[in-house]
Amino acid sequence: MTTHAAPGLPAGPPPGSMPTYLGMPAFPDAARKAVADSQLRRNLTHATTAIRVKRAGVIDELGDFQELRAAAKAIKDHALAHLDTYLTRFEENVTRAGGHVHWARDAAEANAIVRRLVWQAGTDTAVKVKSMATQETGLNEALAEVGIRVTETDLAELIVQLGHDRPSHILVPAIHKNRSEIREIFRREMPGVPAGLTDDPPELAATARKHLRDRFLTATVGISGANFAIADTGSLVVVESEGNGRMCLTLPQTLISVVGIEKILPSWRDLEVFLALLPRSSTAERMNPYTTIWSGAAPGDGPQDVHVVLIDNGRTATLADRTGRQALRCIRCSACLNVCPVYERAGGHAYGSPYPGPIGAIISPQLRGAGSPVDASLPFASSLCGACYEVCPVAINIPEALVYLRSRSPKHRAERAAFSAAATVLGSPRLLAAAQRAATAGRRLIGRRGRIRRLPPPLSAWTDTRDAPQPPEESFRSWWARTRGQAASGDAAGSQPGGGRP
Amino acid sequence: MRIGLFVTCLTDTLFPETGKAVVTVLERLGHQVEFPASQACCGQMHFNTGYRREAAAMVPGFARALGDYEAIVTPSASCAAMIREYYPVLAEPDPALAGAVAALVPRVHDLATFLVDVLGVDDVGARFPHRVTYHPTCHSLRMMHVGQAPYRLLRQVRGIDLVDLPDAATCCGFGGTFAVKNADVSAAMCTDKVAAVRQTGAEVLCAGDDSCLMHIGGALSRMRTGVRVMHLAQILAATSDTTAGASR
Repeated sequence: MTTHAAPGLPAGPPPGSMPTYLGMPAFPDAARKAVADSQLRRNLTHATTAIRVKRAGVIDELGDFQELRAAAKAIKDHALAHLDTYLTRFEENVTRAGGHVHWARDAAEANAIVRRLVWQAGTDTAVKVKSMATQETGLNEALAEVGIRVTETDLAELIVQLGHDRPSHILVPAIHKNRSEIREIFRREMPGVPAGLTDDPPELAATARKHLRDRFLTATVGISGANFAIADTGSLVVVESEGNGRMCLTLPQTLISVVGIEKILPSWRDLEVFLALLPRSSTAERMNPYTTIWSGAAPGDGPQDVHVVLIDNGRTATLADRTGRQALRCIRCSACLNVCPVYERAGGHAYGSPYPGPIGAIISPQLRGAGSPVDASLPFASSLCGACYEVCPVAINIPEALVYLRSRSPKHRAERAAFSAAATVLGSPRLLAAAQRAATAGRRLIGRRGRIRRLPPPLSAWTDTRDAPQPPEESFRSWWARTRGQAASGDAAGSQPGGGRP
Repeated sequence: MRIGLFVTCLTDTLFPETGKAVVTVLERLGHQVEFPASQACCGQMHFNTGYRREAAAMVPGFARALGDYEAIVTPSASCAAMIREYYPVLAEPDPALAGAVAALVPRVHDLATFLVDVLGVDDVGARFPHRVTYHPTCHSLRMMHVGQAPYRLLRQVRGIDLVDLPDAATCCGFGGTFAVKNADVSAAMCTDKVAAVRQTGAEVLCAGDDSCLMHIGGALSRMRTGVRVMHLAQILAATSDTTAGASR
């Protein structure tokens, strides 16, 4: 990272990179609506607080979280630095094991490959395991356009799909809905739902299970992502809690997995570190209930027609950036979302991406470029409190990346002029002292009883809800000069190094 | 010890009582405090808002003004963190400056850790007979890792009734220009912080950074809560001779 003028984020999103989210407003505008929605605020606070407390408990009991975290970071950094080697090794090993590897430059290419594979399987329906990569590519929508009907089988993802909604959390996509809202969606959208359905969670889960059972048993195509891709063995790994994944990954004849190229781990034994960190950081479980691992196709056992679609979609460009590339270490655990005070109040939809929260604020503008209003505003959607970095199991310094992306974000001309002028004043002791004298002179005009209740825009955004302090009778530097007897203002002392000392 | 005070532009301009209090505490402990008037701003606002070149321009002035002191003490953990974490990055293109920055960075301390960890002092001889709650600011906790230092100092203050702040470690929503650029989310965060403060029944909210105090204090004042905000230095400077808390 240097202080030189950065080349700037790509101006526009590559065509079709995350098509579902085009036309989103800037983060502050979307967040304003969310903040005013008290039901949403209650749902989010309730859910994130519960998972936050649980996560802290199961992380603390590890005793070596910092060591695991350092190991995870080192493994990911190594894999990313040698991605060319490991990706081709992965391809060789998948192929040797009877699977097929496809390479997709962007979302549009990936969706076209999946569409072709579904057609080749001779069907127009598929069951799907929750997958971030296919959210990113807008696969469901792309398949629907050509008449292929995909059923999401993860409970929360199903709720989102039935509600014609968008996911608002990486791990818990329906976190913005409470159980009575979920009951309403089921009653409205699920054929044959019992008339007396209550909002009792076990009853809701049983209803979804019944709805899905027939689809599992008749589907001939399963679609998934993967949490990890092991180069040495050509294996894919899916970690889940509900067992729906296990069914999608084992029952259909054809299995298509869309996997980001950054998911590579060099070897089987690297899983030891990640399978310890991921469940604890995401669902706050010591171990997740279902871990499914497959390597190509096994004759007579499970899917016989096995495909892996490796997708770039902006990752290679992100990898080229010294500071930004750390975002590629992300294992999609959501710990940063659950501790983020901004996410808790703004909700996931305001981020305009399948990747919300702090990690989304650094991933989306890198994968898509800063051309849209929402992508340009995302690096600023943080108070830089650092809670995200503290919990990240792969030690992504999100505040550092945010501040870096801010430096590459387009700026309004008026703001640039104001910051340039401010830099001149704040960088000069002489001008700073002059500004302080002016503020003192004007204090009686603007303040009353020590506070200022109204300032002009853009500072009115502060005084809408908070008083501003009235400037004091004298600044610290004039007090020092007056009582400690050196130069009366900054300029005399400022002319020589170390000036102002006795 | 000969200590250079880096007062910060915000405290210098708007909260001079904090700066005076730092001088009082350090001199009471027998140290020589100097305020080199050639100091200005550390550049954090520019850096964090994405104006990296403008922030980088502040680095040489800081190094010239304060580089020679045995210890550089500031009443802002946030500004201290800016210097410790990001000055080396900003100075990187200029080897001479990078050398000067590398040499000064370990001597930059926020007040609380300087007192407790460097000087080894918990009791600074303060007296402040009021109910106080302490907000650990984000950068003090997660960048400067001040840990228990502020609590250790406050517990030694005579007459103080120190009460725990619920959800203390949650951000108040200031975040520099975030408070204006994302005003709605910032205000919602601040509202929750204010509610937590009121729950304690404290007369005074204390923190180690005037910027966060300006934010929470602005909301406390707007809501007419009657709760005052004071910098940690002001409480540590208070004795039976001073009119406690009349300063802000």
